[in-house]
Amino acid sequence: MSFISVQNVWQQYDDQVVLEGLNLSVAEGEFCTLVGASGCGKSTFLRLLLGQEVPNKGKILLDGKALASEPDASRGVVFQRYSVFPHLSVLDNVALGLELPRSALLGRLFGNAKREAREQAAVLLNKVGLGHSLDKYPTQLSGGMQQRLAIAQALIMKPRVLLLDEPFGALDPGIRKDMHALLLDLWRETQLTVFMVTHDLSEGFNLGTRLLVFDKVRIDPHAPGAYGARITYDIPLNSDRRAARAALDSLQQA
Amino acid sequence: MRLINRRPDRASRLLLVILPFSLLLFAYFTGSATRLTENPNDKLLPSAVQMADAVNRMAFKADTRTGEYLLWQDTGSSLRRLAIGLGISALLGLCLGIASGILPLFGAPLSPLLTVLSMVPPLAILPILFIVFGLGELSKVMLIVIGITPILARDLEQRAREIPVELLIKAQTLGASTWTLILRVILPQLLPRLLIALRLVLGSAWLFLIAAEAIASTDGLGYRIFLVRRYLAMDVILPYVVWITLLAWLMDWGLKALTRKAFPWYEGARG
Repeated sequence: MSFISVQNVWQQYDDQVVLEGLNLSVAEGEFCTLVGASGCGKSTFLRLLLGQEVPNKGKILLDGKALASEPDASRGVVFQRYSVFPHLSVLDNVALGLELPRSALLGRLFGNAKREAREQAAVLLNKVGLGHSLDKYPTQLSGGMQQRLAIAQALIMKPRVLLLDEPFGALDPGIRKDMHALLLDLWRETQLTVFMVTHDLSEGFNLGTRLLVFDKVRIDPHAPGAYGARITYDIPLNSDRRAARAALDSLQQA
Repeated sequence: MRLINRRPDRASRLLLVILPFSLLLFAYFTGSATRLTENPNDKLLPSAVQMADAVNRMAFKADTRTGEYLLWQDTGSSLRRLAIGLGISALLGLCLGIASGILPLFGAPLSPLLTVLSMVPPLAILPILFIVFGLGELSKVMLIVIGITPILARDLEQRAREIPVELLIKAQTLGASTWTLILRVILPQLLPRLLIALRLVLGSAWLFLIAAEAIASTDGLGYRIFLVRRYLAMDVILPYVVWITLLAWLMDWGLKALTRKAFPWYEGARG
């Protein structure tokens, strides 16, 4: 059974149709990269998956159940910018994800619980290469380091779905390569299903196990907003990685 | 070299800082000296000695009638009113600003209301305050509260709206409820803005305080100034004005230092 199933989803703002008749079925553990021209609905689709917006028509199922219509802890997200909290240290940015769900009244843990949360956060931060910057504030980090922090922050929640909206768009090429390696490592380690919007085609081809191309099939020159984008190509990629993941899954089940 | 590219070095900067103040003092004291040589009883521009005498009398000698040290008593009363007024306003402004800036259901009714209320000239409703709250402490504090709360609330509302929506979404994916989101994300990010907003309204707060004290009070810095005006006692008024200015400047500086110390992550604090 498919993990995420998108059924005939339409999204439009006023008379501007952005997405039309979107159908998609994604298995758990896939790494989907979303590419396409600017303004053809990739980020809209990501916002729908996130629950930030609700589709006008159609429905999205997560594990057979309708998707919650607001963001929650089951779906992690990393934006291109503004993903981390400027007023918290690196360590607290990640520990926050452990504190919020456990303390409904103050959103903050004390004593032993706090120390444990911070230890757990520190372990994850070491893994993404931020072990030396635990006490810094995000503004003191480079762009790449901030995105590492944002990824760690999303992963501490152990979400089943990770949504990435051009996460490396503002980074220079060398750093971007490091981030790709980090992301693939983390993806291999976890059962994560990833959706990543990117403008960089090679990034899309290199990282994904599945490339989804968004494009408008129909265009009315007199009414540019009349038709929306669909998924025009759905290309399986990096079959070795996909096979490795499948083998790993079957081993775990046996 | 173009004017825009010329910068003072350390020494000349210090000199440039002192220059306007010393010019001001020089102009005053030459004026004062000229008038006093013509007429030793002139009260308009008292000399430094006369003002020192007045300060000595007000600050370091007990008043013969009440046994109080008037300057300190006045300062205490005024600062207490100011502190209570600013404290209440800050709290109210913060709550209103967050509610109308972050929660759309609260913002819809609150935002236009705050806009309209902030247009009411506070001094115009001072008589209403006296009628409703009497001539005691309450009406003076209320004038400050009514005068600056809408300004604080509107500023914080604006700042709350400027917090990137990405951060609000991110907090929700980290398991925040509306309440904990406000507590752990919105509030800490708005506190430094609140301190800056307070610095900006300090001037208005003093204005409302002195206006209220001038009209109905039995002590306070504003009361004293308006009281001794009857005797043309410029030797008291001028030191009082300097003292008020100093207090206001110290509060401004203190708030700035506090912002920098308490919120090291906040970049706007380096202004």
